[in-house]
Amino acid sequence: MSLRTPLKTARYLGSAKEGADHFWKQRVTAVSNLVLSIAVVAILVSLVGADHLTVAAALKRPEFALPLILLVVSGVIHMRIGMQVIIEDYVHGEGAKIALLMLNTFFAVTVGAASILAVLKLYFGA
Amino acid sequence: MVQLTLPKNSKVTTGKTWNAPDGEGTWREFKIYRWTPDDGQNPHIDTYWVNQDQCGPMVLDALLKIKNEIDPTLTFRRSCREGICGSCSMNIDGTNYLACLKGIDEVDGAVSVYPLPHMSVIKDLVPDMTNFYAQHRSIDPWLKTDTPTPPKEWKQSREDREKLDGLYECILCACCSASCPSYWWNSDRYLGPAILLQAYRWVIDSRDEATGERLDNLEDPFRLYRCHTIMNCAKACPKGLSPAKAIAELKKLMVQRRV
Repeated sequence: MSLRTPLKTARYLGSAKEGADHFWKQRVTAVSNLVLSIAVVAILVSLVGADHLTVAAALKRPEFALPLILLVVSGVIHMRIGMQVIIEDYVHGEGAKIALLMLNTFFAVTVGAASILAVLKLYFGA
Repeated sequence: MVQLTLPKNSKVTTGKTWNAPDGEGTWREFKIYRWTPDDGQNPHIDTYWVNQDQCGPMVLDALLKIKNEIDPTLTFRRSCREGICGSCSMNIDGTNYLACLKGIDEVDGAVSVYPLPHMSVIKDLVPDMTNFYAQHRSIDPWLKTDTPTPPKEWKQSREDREKLDGLYECILCACCSASCPSYWWNSDRYLGPAILLQAYRWVIDSRDEATGERLDNLEDPFRLYRCHTIMNCAKACPKGLSPAKAIAELKKLMVQRRV
């Protein structure tokens, strides 16, 4: 039986006075994901049936490479903050939560950097 | 991690059948959650039969009839019996509602009655509302002003008064909060739909001068932003209100004051 008052428990550590930025970023990247996904699908459709050399040559064009890179950036930010919410929802152990939140960031940065590297390799490749 | 199964001492077992249909009439079966802290037993589901021809139309009428005539130990909260006090909120036929506003005829087959889900049970159908009320207290649910109180009253235009419609009717029955998965998992830090609707009621009140301070206190990843627009709250509300909409308005105000 706790000797603390219910109000003390309800107030906990007070408001973090943030969250709106996270909420706004999620909406902004949702919109950019939508627009960029349409552009990237259009690029992919235009390359249906093409062989490797043709695709590699196409990705040297900035109007093809740029939407791909932007989608990776936008998608990875959206993925990271979305997964952060899921971890905060369901993982209640403080240690596990902190570890998973860190892993989530590392994973997002790695996936994003590797994807951008792949596009740049084709863009600058011989 | 979130606990998805009931703890061992909370597993629900089959209880006893108190009576059987006896004579002519429209007999309805009630399967009611029973638990008392006094006997160390697990919760169990007891069965009661009520003759609808000799009972009022609502589930609360049947519960009162059971308590008066069959089993006086059956414990539940009730007061006004007409949807104003919010005392008799419970889980009936799988959804949270007020027993006094739920018609027995609205339920097919046996009427199952449980306490509000995911709240500690004090006894039978009585949940512990301590945290819920403390959370309500934490949002300062009263008019806050710095301007000296006018001699007669704080005035409000008709348009501003209309902004409180759909908010002031909340009776704090907790049907919405107890239907919200986000509240189930994080009720220690997330305020839940009922309290956030109440918070918005004071944020949007044209007479209140602490709007920014109120928003400051709500802007928190857990207090406000655990709401993921699941909408169970709007579906559960026995008064037909939409806590989800109130929460969405709060989120809009949070963005509005920074972009």
